Amino acid sequence: MSDAILKVRDLKRDYVTKGGMFTPPRVLHAVKGVSFDVERGSTLAVVGESGCGKSTLARMLTMIDAPTSGSIEIDGAPIDINAGKVTREMRQAVQIVFQNPYGSLNPRQKIGAVLEEPLLLNTSTPAAERRDLAMAMLEKVGLKPEHYGRYPHMFSGGQRQRVAIARAIMLKPKLLVLDEPVSALDLSVQAQILNLLADLQDEFNLTYVFISHDLSVVRYIADQVMVMYFGEAVEYGTRDAVFDNPQHDYTKTLFAATPRADVASIKARLAAKSAA
Amino acid sequence: MSLLQIRNLRVEFDTAAGPFRALDGVDYTVEAGEVLAIVGESGSGKSVAMLAMMGLLPDSATVTADEMSFEGVDLRSLSTAQRRKVIGKDISMIFQEPIASLNPCFTVGFQLLETLKAHTDLNRRQRRDRVIELLTAVGIPEPERRVNAFPHQMSGGQCQRVMIAIATACHPKLLIADEPTTALDVTIQKQILDLLTGLQRDHGMGLIMITHDMGVVAETADRVVVQYQGKQMETADVLTLFEAPEHPYTRALLSALPENATGDRLPTVSDYTEAFAREQTEART
Repeated sequence: MSDAILKVRDLKRDYVTKGGMFTPPRVLHAVKGVSFDVERGSTLAVVGESGCGKSTLARMLTMIDAPTSGSIEIDGAPIDINAGKVTREMRQAVQIVFQNPYGSLNPRQKIGAVLEEPLLLNTSTPAAERRDLAMAMLEKVGLKPEHYGRYPHMFSGGQRQRVAIARAIMLKPKLLVLDEPVSALDLSVQAQILNLLADLQDEFNLTYVFISHDLSVVRYIADQVMVMYFGEAVEYGTRDAVFDNPQHDYTKTLFAATPRADVASIKARLAAKSAA
Repeated sequence: MSLLQIRNLRVEFDTAAGPFRALDGVDYTVEAGEVLAIVGESGSGKSVAMLAMMGLLPDSATVTADEMSFEGVDLRSLSTAQRRKVIGKDISMIFQEPIASLNPCFTVGFQLLETLKAHTDLNRRQRRDRVIELLTAVGIPEPERRVNAFPHQMSGGQCQRVMIAIATACHPKLLIADEPTTALDVTIQKQILDLLTGLQRDHGMGLIMITHDMGVVAETADRVVVQYQGKQMETADVLTLFEAPEHPYTRALLSALPENATGDRLPTVSDYTEAFAREQTEART
């Protein structure tokens, strides 16, 4: 019996662009029917180029957008925001971390307030307790208590991403959707954030849906991989199956495009260059 | 004679908290037809060095160097007008964010024509033809139609191609690419890198690649400079650097690549820099 926390079946999302006086409205199929399961405590990586529907998928999973058709089930409970039957508890179960840590924090809000806001809005935790929880969370994500009263502009990109992650797990969600969380960061900072995510997953038994276009990161973090291309899931399987034996042409193109940093491929490139 | 020779470059910024040294004695040499990669994390002074060389830093910066010459001409002694003749023609630069570095109010064709008008004596028709030729060379489909497109009508990859077309319009001898692919997808990144190295090979340009991505370095560079906090850590040719990195910081950068992860955790650069700092203090005592 598999313990799937997230079940998605034949999920579709269309966007209708408004037509003009003489142009008929056009329908853009952003996500054309994807299905997948994510096990509790595991990581599903969604890979694809920009415009392939990765972020639309993230918006549907986090109940920001309603799907056109198909079903999402989180921890056994079906989610349907069209029917308006989404409770607070359901929304708390899923949180999201966005790509750009510079844009996703309010510049006029202190870090303490950023972390306390989810509690303030969703729970009746008293102020003193909220403060303690926020302090504890700061330490958990590798920041210091003195950062509590600072503003986002006083932090580096990596630190801001830590704050965004801390905010997302304040409500102890079951599922965390990470929309390209490290692609705006330097290599060295990226490694720190990936380590932090791995630690948090162990500690809280979190489930991740990790959206990325960087295959080397995906290979490091994912248990399952889904490759999307023009709104369709062209490849879906365990990490080893997808990486060792890619089936679809697009997956192969992606692998070919990923820069190789091993000595053998540098030698091959230099040899090709001197021969030319 | 090297194409570009910079020795002992220092840059200081005046800040409210006193002078801040962004670059502390770095050296670069680029030969004609060579690809030099400058690697480092943000704040390591990669971009500042190139901006200092081109004279594009704000007034609050003080630039000093023992030598800073391009084709034997001392860049420090040039007047603004003379410098402007060199920059944009013989030395040109591509910036990180393609969409932000094009002017949103003008068509891409106009922005290309502007460069040609400033630096060449082609007439109107020749300029127009050259624009189409350049857009074709960088792989923009339907160039005749796309010259009239505005930057917002193009994708990030296409805007970066237009930037490359502008930068290579006057056959520069040295092209500086400042994180040219950081904002782009891997498939587009591959296309842009192939385009850059192709142009570099065809025209025998010198190319300086500024990046923090070791993968990009491995795919393009001949020689690599590793920088950390405004200091030069290591200079080596690309094979030596990847095979036998000398400096602990370089080793740290290489091991932070996710594909080199051995255990459950990725080694981070700070693990190494702390160890490195300890080593140094121990050596002193």
